[in-house]
Amino acid sequence: MMTCSEFLKELTGYLDNELDERMRAELEDHLAWCHNCYVVCNTTKKTIEIYRDSVLYELPDDLRTRLRSAIVSKCEAKNKKAGPQKV
Amino acid sequence: MGAIQSRVGEQVSDEIALVQAAKAGDVGAFEQLVKRYDRNVFRIAQHITQNREDAEDVVQDAFLKAYGNLEQFQGQSKFYTWLVRIAVNEALMKLRRRRPERMVSLDEEVKTDEDSMPREVADWSPNPEQLYSQSELRDILGKTIQGLPPSFRTVFVLRDVEGLSTEETAEALDLSIPAVKSRLLRARLQLRERLNRYFKKRQSGDGNQ
Repeated sequence: MMTCSEFLKELTGYLDNELDERMRAELEDHLAWCHNCYVVCNTTKKTIEIYRDSVLYELPDDLRTRLRSAIVSKCEAKNKKAGPQKV
Repeated sequence: MGAIQSRVGEQVSDEIALVQAAKAGDVGAFEQLVKRYDRNVFRIAQHITQNREDAEDVVQDAFLKAYGNLEQFQGQSKFYTWLVRIAVNEALMKLRRRRPERMVSLDEEVKTDEDSMPREVADWSPNPEQLYSQSELRDILGKTIQGLPPSFRTVFVLRDVEGLSTEETAEALDLSIPAVKSRLLRARLQLRERLNRYFKKRQSGDGNQ
C-alpha cells in the first residue's frame, strides 16, 4: 500500500502525465481512499492552472516597441562597428 | 503554456533560417526573433528579479548578448531554450546585485523535503480565482510566488508558466533532470500551501463576507 509521502514524491510526474501505467494505477488507488492526498492533488493542479492562466507581468505595447527599437539600433551599431574590422 | 509550445514547434524551421540570417548580420531577421520571444523573456525576467526596471534591462541585455554571441549558438537546442538560458543568467545577476547580502544561486538546496510537506489540507472553493477581482488576484499570485526561493520560482516559471519541457528547463538552467523535478515538486507544493489561505473553502458560519 502506497504511503502519503510516497504519493507526494510522484505527484509531479502524475500531474504531468509522465508515469508508467503501473505507477499511475497505484497513485489512483491511493487517491481513492486518501482524502488528504486527493485534496492536495486537486489544489496543486489548480495552483498550476491559476498561474498558467494568469496575466502576471505582461509587456505593455509601448514599452515593447521602445525596447525593440533600442535592441535593433544597438545591433545595427554593433554591425557598423564590426564591419570595417572584417575588411 | 501549451499554445506557446505548439507555436514554437511550428516555427522551428523558419527559426533556423532567421538565426542563420541574423548570424550573417541581418538585423531585420533578428528583430523577428525579438518579436517572437520578448514577451516571454520579460515575464521570466520579472518573475526572477521581481522588479520591473530590472526586467526591462534583462530583455535588452539578453537579446543583445544573444546577438553578439550568435556564432556560439550551434543549433543543438532550440533558439528559445538558448535565449532563456542567457536571460535567466542576466536576471540572476540583477538579483545578486540588488541583494548582495544573500547569495542567489540556482544550485542552492533549500532545507529538507519537510518544508514542502503539506501542513494544511483544506479543500478550495470551486473556481477560487473568482473570489477575487483581477487585480486582487494578480497581487495574491505575485506576492505568493515572490515568497519562493529564486531557484524554485525559476523552475516553476519555466515549466508551468512558460511551458518548457523538463529537459529544456534542465538545459536552460544547467541543472540535472532530477534536480528540476525535485524543485518543481517543492515549488508547486509550497505555492499550493501559501495559496490555501486565500482560496480555501470557507466553513459555514465563517463570516458573511
